[in-house]
Amino acid sequence: MVRLMPILPELILAVGAIALMMVAAFAGRRGAGLTSWASVALLVAATVALIGPPSNAGPLFGGLIAADAFGAFGKAIIFISSAVAIIAAHGWFERGTEHASEYPVLILFSAVGGAVMVSATNLMTLYMGLELTSLSSYVLASYRRGDERSAEAGLKYFVLGALASGILLYGISLLYGFTGTMTFPGIAAAFAREGTHSIGLLFGLVFLLAGIAFKVSAVPFHMWTPDVYEGAPTPVTAFFASAPKVAAVLLATRVCLDALEPATDAWRQIVIFSALASILLGAVAAWGQTNIKRLLAYSSINNLGFALIGLAAGGPKGASSVLFYMAVYVVMTLGAFLVVLRMRGRDGEPLESIDSLTGLSQARPALAAAMAIFMFSLAGVPPLFGFWPKLLVFNAAVDAGLVALAVAGIVGTVVGAYYYLRIIKIMYFDEAPSPLVRTRAPLERMMILVAALIVSPLGYLLIGPLGRWSDRAAGSIF
Amino acid sequence: MVAVTELPLLSILIGLPLIAGMLCLFVSAGAARWIALAATLVDLALGAWLWGAYDPAGPQWQFVERLGLGGGIAWALGIDGIALVLIMLTLFLMPICIGASWRAIEKRVPEYMAAFLMMEALMIGVFAAQDLFLFYVFFEGGLIPMYLIIGIWGGPERIKASYKFFLYTLLGSVLMLIAMLYMVLEAGTTSIPALMGYDFPADAQKWLWLAFFASFAVKLPMWPVHTWLPDAHVEAPTAGSVILAGVLLKMGGYGFIRFSLPMFPEGSAAFVPLVFILSGIAVVYTSLVALVQRDMKKLIAYSSVAHMAFVTFGLFSFNRQGIEGAMIVMLSHGLVSGALFLCVGVVYDRLHTREIDRYGGLSNNMPGYALLFMLFTMASVGLPGTSGFVGEFLSLVGTYRVSTWAAVVATTGIILGAGYMLWLYWRIAFGTARNADAAAMPDLSAREYWLLAPIAAAVLWMGIYPESFLRPIRADVGRLLERVERAAPTGDSLPTAGKPQSATHAPEAAH
Repeated sequence: MVRLMPILPELILAVGAIALMMVAAFAGRRGAGLTSWASVALLVAATVALIGPPSNAGPLFGGLIAADAFGAFGKAIIFISSAVAIIAAHGWFERGTEHASEYPVLILFSAVGGAVMVSATNLMTLYMGLELTSLSSYVLASYRRGDERSAEAGLKYFVLGALASGILLYGISLLYGFTGTMTFPGIAAAFAREGTHSIGLLFGLVFLLAGIAFKVSAVPFHMWTPDVYEGAPTPVTAFFASAPKVAAVLLATRVCLDALEPATDAWRQIVIFSALASILLGAVAAWGQTNIKRLLAYSSINNLGFALIGLAAGGPKGASSVLFYMAVYVVMTLGAFLVVLRMRGRDGEPLESIDSLTGLSQARPALAAAMAIFMFSLAGVPPLFGFWPKLLVFNAAVDAGLVALAVAGIVGTVVGAYYYLRIIKIMYFDEAPSPLVRTRAPLERMMILVAALIVSPLGYLLIGPLGRWSDRAAGSIF
Repeated sequence: MVAVTELPLLSILIGLPLIAGMLCLFVSAGAARWIALAATLVDLALGAWLWGAYDPAGPQWQFVERLGLGGGIAWALGIDGIALVLIMLTLFLMPICIGASWRAIEKRVPEYMAAFLMMEALMIGVFAAQDLFLFYVFFEGGLIPMYLIIGIWGGPERIKASYKFFLYTLLGSVLMLIAMLYMVLEAGTTSIPALMGYDFPADAQKWLWLAFFASFAVKLPMWPVHTWLPDAHVEAPTAGSVILAGVLLKMGGYGFIRFSLPMFPEGSAAFVPLVFILSGIAVVYTSLVALVQRDMKKLIAYSSVAHMAFVTFGLFSFNRQGIEGAMIVMLSHGLVSGALFLCVGVVYDRLHTREIDRYGGLSNNMPGYALLFMLFTMASVGLPGTSGFVGEFLSLVGTYRVSTWAAVVATTGIILGAGYMLWLYWRIAFGTARNADAAAMPDLSAREYWLLAPIAAAVLWMGIYPESFLRPIRADVGRLLERVERAAPTGDSLPTAGKPQSATHAPEAAH
C-alpha cells in the first residue's frame, strides 16, 4: 500500500474513471450531470493528492516512472485544465442529445495518460501514456457524432495520430535496439558512451522527436492542428489546447534533458528549427483565418514555438522557463477558449467566425475586455502576464549563448502580434451591432474572471511563487 | 521632509490614476469625466508636492522604493532630477488632455477616460522605474492604451494608423529586450542605477547600443523610422496627439539619457557620426516636408520630428550645454507641440477639418485664439523669451563644440522651422477668411482658455527663467558627464591656445 502512495493521483483518476464508465453505461444520458461533477471532484482530489510522496518519491517500479516535482508540476496543470474543460463543456453541449455521460470519463482517461506522460522515465511508459491520451482524444474529437466536421476531425486526428505513433514506436525500437535499454538513464548512458556517431542512435532520436513533435503540434508536424481544432466541439478544442499539449511539451522536455542530455547538440538543432518554424508559421498562417478556433490553433502553434526556445536552451534554467511558460500559456488559452464558448447567436447556436466578434466591446464590455486581455497576453505584450514567460524563455536562450535564436524568436512575436491585434480591432474598432446574445453562465463567468485576473498585471505577483515552484520542478530532472 | 520621503509617493502617483481608471469603467460618461479630471488634478497636486520635496543638492536617487517580486523583477521606483521634470511634464499635461476631451469625445467616454488614466500611470512608471524589466513593462505597456485611443476614437484612417503605431514601436522595442537580457546576464543585476555604473566590454557596448537605439530611435522618432508618427498624430483624437507628442516621444530621449549614454559611453561615442547624420537629415528633410503639408496636424507632426533631432544633437554632443539643452528642448516641445495640437483641436471642433486652406483670417473673429496660437508658434520657432529658444540655443552650442558642420545643418532647421510655422500661422490667422463658416467661428470658450493659458504661462516661465527647470537636472547632468567623459569625442570647435608670441618678445624688451 505504501508503495502505491506515490501514484495516488493516477490511481484516484483511473479507478474513478472506470467506476464512472460503469455509471455512464447504465445511467445513459441522464448521468451526464453526475459524471461531470464526480469527474471534477476526482480531478480536484487527484490534484490535492499530489502533495507529499507523489511529488518527491523519485523513481518507482524499477524506473518505469518517477514521482518527482517535475511530474507534479505538469500533473497539477493537466488536472486543473481538465477540470475546466469538463465544467466548460457541461454548460455548452445541448442537454439530452449530445452531452452524454462519457465525455468527462474520456477526459479523465486522457488526464491519466497525460499524468503518465509527464512522469514517464521509460520509453514504454512514455508510449503507454501517450497512447492513452491520444486514444481518448480521437474519440473526443469526433464527439458530436451528428456533425460532419467533428467526425472528419476525429478521423483526421486518428489517422495522422496513428502514423505519428508509428514513427514514435519506430524510434523507440531503434533506440532500444542500439542501447539495449528502455530507461531514460540507460539511454543517456548509451549516448554518453557512444556519442552521436552511431547512425542507429541518431535515427532513433530523430524518429522519437518527430513522434513527439506531432503530439506537441510543432512545425513541420502541425498540419492536423487547425483542422482538428476547428472540427472538434469547442470544449474539446479547449481541452486539446491545454492538457494534452502541456503533457506533450513536458514529456519532450524530460526526454530531451534527461534521456538525450548527452546528445544535446544532436537534438538542439532540430528543436531550434522546429521552434522558429512554429513561431513563424503560426504567426503568418493565422493572418488570413476567419474561424476563431482555427486562429487559436495557429496561436497555439506559435506559442508552443516559444516554449521550444526554452527547451532548446536546455539546462535547469531552460527547463524552468518551459514549465513557467506552459503554466501561463494554459491559463491564457483556456481563457480565450472560454470566451469563444460563450459566443452564441440568436438561436443559441454556437458561432465560430471571427467576424461575429464585431462590436463585442459595446454589447458586452466585460467579455470583450477579457478577450482583449487574453489576446494581448498571448501576443506577449507587457504589462500583461503573458509577457513574463516569453521573457523567461528568451532569458534562458541568451543564457545558453543562443542570442541569435532569441533575436529571431522575439522578432517573431512582432509578426504574431498582428493577428492578435486584429481580434482587438474587430472587437473594439469595428462598429456594428454584435450578433452575440447573452447567455447565463455564472460558473464560466467566474472562470473567465479568474483567468483574466491571472494574466492581468496582477499576475506579476505570481512570479515569485510560480518561479520558485518551476525552478524546483526543473531541478528535479537533473 | 522626512515624512514626505517615507510615503511611497511614486507608487501613489502611479496607483491613483490606475484605480481611477478602473472606477471610470463602471460609471456613466459624465461621472467618468469628473473622476478623470479629479484624479489627474490630485496627481498633479501630488506632483507639485514631489517637486517641492525633491532636493536638487541631495542624493542622486530620491523617493526610492523597492519591493522584490522574485524571479528577477522588482517594483523598484526612484527618481533623479531628469525623471522628475519629465514626470512633472506628464502630470501637467494630463488634466489638460482630459479637459480637451471634455466635449470632443462623445462616444464611449468611460473607456476613453480609463485608457487615458492608464496611459498616465504607465508613463509615470517609465520615468520612475529603477528596475530594467519594470521599465520595459511600463515602456511597452503604453502601447496598449494608445493603440486603443487611436483605434477607437481616431479619424477615418485610424485602423491603419493604430496598427502602424503598435507594430512599428513593438518591433523597435523587442530588440532592446534581448539587449536587456544580455546586460542582466553580464552584470548580474536588474537595477538601473547599478547598471548605469557598470562598464560593459567595448565591443558588446556597440551591439547593446544599437539594440537600444532601435527602440528609442523609433520612439523619439528619428529619420528614417519616423513614418508612424504623422499617421498616428493625424488620426489620433486631439488629446491623444497631445500625449503622443508631449510625453510618449520624450520616452525616446529619456531612454538615451538613462540607458544609451551612461551604460554604453564607448558605444555612444562610436555612433556619434551616425546620430548626427540621421539628425541632420531629419532637421532638413522633415522641415521641408512640413513646409508642403496641407493638414495642420501633419505639419506639426513633421515639425516634431525636426525638433526631436535637436534632442539627439544635444544629447550626443557629450557636453553640459548640449545635454541640458536637449532636456529643455524635450520639456519645451512637450508643452509647445501639445499646445499646438490643442490649437488645432480648437478649430477642428468648430469646423471639423484640419485643411489649412479652409481657414484664414482667424485673428478677426478669434483674437484670443490668434494671440495664444501666435505665442506657441513663436515658441516653436524658438523666439527668445520662450522656452523653445533656451533649449535650441543650448543644444546648438553643445553641438557646435563637437562638430561645426553638424551645428551648421542644425541651424538651418531653425530657419526652416520659422518658415513653415510662420507660414502656417499666416495662412490661418491673417488675411481674410476664405470661408464664411471659418469667419463665423466663435472665439475660445472659458474651458479652452483654461486649457491653453497654463501652457502659455509655463512656456513663458521656461523661456524667461529656465533656472527653475535646470536646477533639478544640473547635478544629474554633471554625473552623466562624469560618466561619459572618458569617451567624449574631441570637438573641432574648441578654443585653441594662440602662439605664445609674447614669450619670444619679452626677453628682447628687457634688454
